[in-house]
Amino acid sequence: MTRPIHTLSFGAAFALGTALALTSAVPTQAAWEPTRPVEFIIPAGPGGGADIMARTIQGIVTKHNLMKQPMVVINKAGGAGGEGFLDIKASAGNPHKIIITLSNLFTTPLATGIPFNWKDLTPVAMLALDEFCLWVHAETPYKSAKEYIDAAKKANGTFKMAGTGSKQEDQIITEAIQKITGAKFIYIPERGGGAVAVQLVGKHVDSTVNNPNEAISQWKGGTLRPLCVFDSKQMPYKEVIAEGKSWGDIPTCKSQGLDIEYLMLRGIFMTPGATKDQVDYYIGVFKKVRETEEWKKLMADGAFNQTFMTGADYTKWVATEEKRHEELMRAAGFLAKQ
Amino acid sequence: MEEISNLFQGFATVLQPFNIMVMIVGIVLGVIIGVLPGLGGANGVAILLPLTFSMSPTSAIIMLSCIYWGALFGGAITSILFNIPGEPWSVATTFDGHPMAQQGKAGEALTAAFTSSFVGALFAVIMITLVAPLVAAFALRFGPAEKFGVYFLAFCSFVGMSKEPPFKTVAAMMIGFALAAVGLDQMTGQLRLTFGFTPLLTGFDFLIAVIGLFGIGEILLTMEEGLQFKGRSAVINPTVVFQTWKELPRYWVTSLRSCVIGCWMGVTPAGATPASFMSYGIAKRMSKRGNNFGNGEIEGVIAPETAAHAAGTSALLPMLALGVPGSPTAAVLLGGLLIWGLQPGPTLFIDNKDFVWGLIASMYLGNIVGLLIVLTCVPIFAAILRIPFSIIAPIILVYCAIGAYSVHNSNFDVVMMMVFGVLGYFLKKCNYPLAPLVLAIVLGDRAEESFRQSLLASQGSLSIFWSNWLVGTIMALGLIALFWSAIQTTWTRLRAMVTA
Amino acid sequence: MTGQSNGASGAGPSHRSVEIGVALLTLVFSLIVIGGSLQVGIDWAFDGPRAGFFPFYLGLLILMSSLVNLFQIIMDGKTQRLFAEWGQLGQVLRVVVPSTVYVVLVPYIGIYAASILLIAVFMKWLGRYGWTLVLAVSIGTIVITFIVFEKWFLVPLPKGPIEELLGL
Repeated sequence: MTRPIHTLSFGAAFALGTALALTSAVPTQAAWEPTRPVEFIIPAGPGGGADIMARTIQGIVTKHNLMKQPMVVINKAGGAGGEGFLDIKASAGNPHKIIITLSNLFTTPLATGIPFNWKDLTPVAMLALDEFCLWVHAETPYKSAKEYIDAAKKANGTFKMAGTGSKQEDQIITEAIQKITGAKFIYIPERGGGAVAVQLVGKHVDSTVNNPNEAISQWKGGTLRPLCVFDSKQMPYKEVIAEGKSWGDIPTCKSQGLDIEYLMLRGIFMTPGATKDQVDYYIGVFKKVRETEEWKKLMADGAFNQTFMTGADYTKWVATEEKRHEELMRAAGFLAKQ
Repeated sequence: MEEISNLFQGFATVLQPFNIMVMIVGIVLGVIIGVLPGLGGANGVAILLPLTFSMSPTSAIIMLSCIYWGALFGGAITSILFNIPGEPWSVATTFDGHPMAQQGKAGEALTAAFTSSFVGALFAVIMITLVAPLVAAFALRFGPAEKFGVYFLAFCSFVGMSKEPPFKTVAAMMIGFALAAVGLDQMTGQLRLTFGFTPLLTGFDFLIAVIGLFGIGEILLTMEEGLQFKGRSAVINPTVVFQTWKELPRYWVTSLRSCVIGCWMGVTPAGATPASFMSYGIAKRMSKRGNNFGNGEIEGVIAPETAAHAAGTSALLPMLALGVPGSPTAAVLLGGLLIWGLQPGPTLFIDNKDFVWGLIASMYLGNIVGLLIVLTCVPIFAAILRIPFSIIAPIILVYCAIGAYSVHNSNFDVVMMMVFGVLGYFLKKCNYPLAPLVLAIVLGDRAEESFRQSLLASQGSLSIFWSNWLVGTIMALGLIALFWSAIQTTWTRLRAMVTA
Repeated sequence: MTGQSNGASGAGPSHRSVEIGVALLTLVFSLIVIGGSLQVGIDWAFDGPRAGFFPFYLGLLILMSSLVNLFQIIMDGKTQRLFAEWGQLGQVLRVVVPSTVYVVLVPYIGIYAASILLIAVFMKWLGRYGWTLVLAVSIGTIVITFIVFEKWFLVPLPKGPIEELLGL
């Protein structure tokens, strides 16, 4: 009884649909442009570093009208970001989906064994690299990384290090410190960088390896102190933050006898099977984003390493980094059991 | 005194015509977000954040915090009318709010809920105004062990007394915990209980379980009982607000207690959800009419709503003072602050005085404006129940599906919602309590996480839960709450023996 | 409004058999949980309990309480209470069946088209409304939903071939 009328109404809808499609599809064959809202996936929860960066980009794109279609930010944090990566992987051929990545691009598939690899995605661009610093509470006497490590060795494995997540970047750095120095730490995973910093402020742990922007406020407020930065050279930012010091005054960990270098990718990928036109379109958008004042401010506040890469350079960098993560994680025993 | 003069300056900022307009728009948007499942407060604020970039930071934060208020108010509406809590902290509101609506007292329930939200939030804002730095310092004392203590206390004060058979309660609660454990184990970064099935990667979100168990389950029960909401014949009474208000002062003790619970739970980063459950549980035990809780007691609406909103509001305090978001919505607001170049944390109160006091002033005014708006709409909301069941039921189903889908943008979740719905029908008919199950899903992984963090820190020694006065007191309170009824009976017996 | 009699009153599945079914269900669930926990390890590793440690004991608790519940029902053979009458269960199925079909259809034809169908079927089948009202409510609701979610709040919901054709 009900069926004929339904098919009828749908028939009408179909007819209307084709008519609309014909009129609206005025072809502009010059270069590819999005024809519907672009979903910007964040494989991490709200409030974290990747989330803040993605939302800043969304704000910049909206404010300066850099895209004709709206950009929609969606958090897919489940399974240490695996949810977001699998979603992109499953959306092959949909050019209206991009994802911002952090180190979990490598660590999540390696630690959990989910069926995903960065090669499933189409690389677009590296936006920046996030630095890591070694932080202690300002009321502790340690003035250098060396003093702190010596104290940790004496404490005989009772010093606690808090970090974001388990078997991810913070724990990898902690493992590397243990391996190089022989000091032992109890690693305590927390949900996000902000919570990690607060645990240190509340003296529930002895140190953290927070990103600069996660702990800048506590440094300014006189409760935390950075000891060294895990980069090959000192950061270029000269603006004074606290105690008469700037980000640029923090020594490298290498100079303190901690020969560890770790930077976290903040990069963009697309769905599998994207064409060159589509990738170029997004590269164009992000180049414009990088030129805005808001972006420069975000970079300076977070003391980011502003390396920008696209194309073959980017792919090569990611491939090297994946191999490095695999080695680091194998050495630490973090790989998923097959 | 400096605070007070700062606050008045804040009021002057907020009372500019443009800002008042922004406030009203924010509240209305917020109510819409709160009513539609699938647009949670955090979600709504996140989506609208970019719209505010063209405004001054103060106007923008006024708009966003008003959206937040609106969403808080809106969450209660679907809980009371349809038994569908849109947010975790509205779950406890359904226990008595929905029965009230079924008895034709939807207007009273809504008025009580809105008014209590207002009172709770106001209490929290006053606390923020007066003792912000002190409270922030207190929040810092909460390490993993203390956090676990708070979750433990919330569970105990809610679960200790249940009319259902004890083994059914245990089964329901443990099923909740087990469902919460599915997915990635936060502590070891390992997948568990997923059996290689990728949609399970993200675990079972509370919202899907709740929409199914409560919302769909309710529709099925209604069908069985014969196709209509019992409250359909309710007369729409425009003076219902004032009539309810006359009754409310009687429950001032419950309100005050709920405010305190809420503020405490909001500042310790446990948040609004445990606050609402705990406050409901304690109110049930303390109230003279406690036995009738669950059958439409107005006190059972006041307690969770007041606590939830006191907690939701005071959760903004750790964000401003420490840069740690106390709730997901606060987390998104935090992102907003950073984009406007404001660095939350200890220095915000010194570097950006205008902004902070503007925000606090907007909390006062936004709350009042919000209350006025939602109260005028009470008769309209209550009238929704007059729509015939065969029209409203499919629409509810559609919105349930949208809500379930948008949690993780996953079709699998929509299927799970239906499974939970059928399950909810059978469990409820067989006397398995659903509330402990839901509470366990909401708090289970957090509780497990802080428990294991504590054990890591203490290297396996349970003594960490008695290691200082703070955690010791919380744990002791939890145990008292758990064995409250036993303690009470022993006490009365002892007294009887003494007098005999 | 239903137009159907509530079936032969008095007949229906017994409460006891449904209780047994639910208890068996929780039992099976507990076994799945225990199995899953064993897979990831239930012992205490050098850095604290392994991932399966807690779920394993949860599973055991569910198993134990399922057995107690089962035992109590089987022992309590006296109650001859009905779970529900067949007619009432029929009413429940009249919601469950269309909703299940709806849930299955969503991935294929999109949530909007499926929702129009669901609302229309409900109103026509259970409410016996006229076609004008049925179409007005079903299409109206969905158009409003589309505008609110997709256009105002930019929340993408699942779409099917029809939306593709319309270029939405």
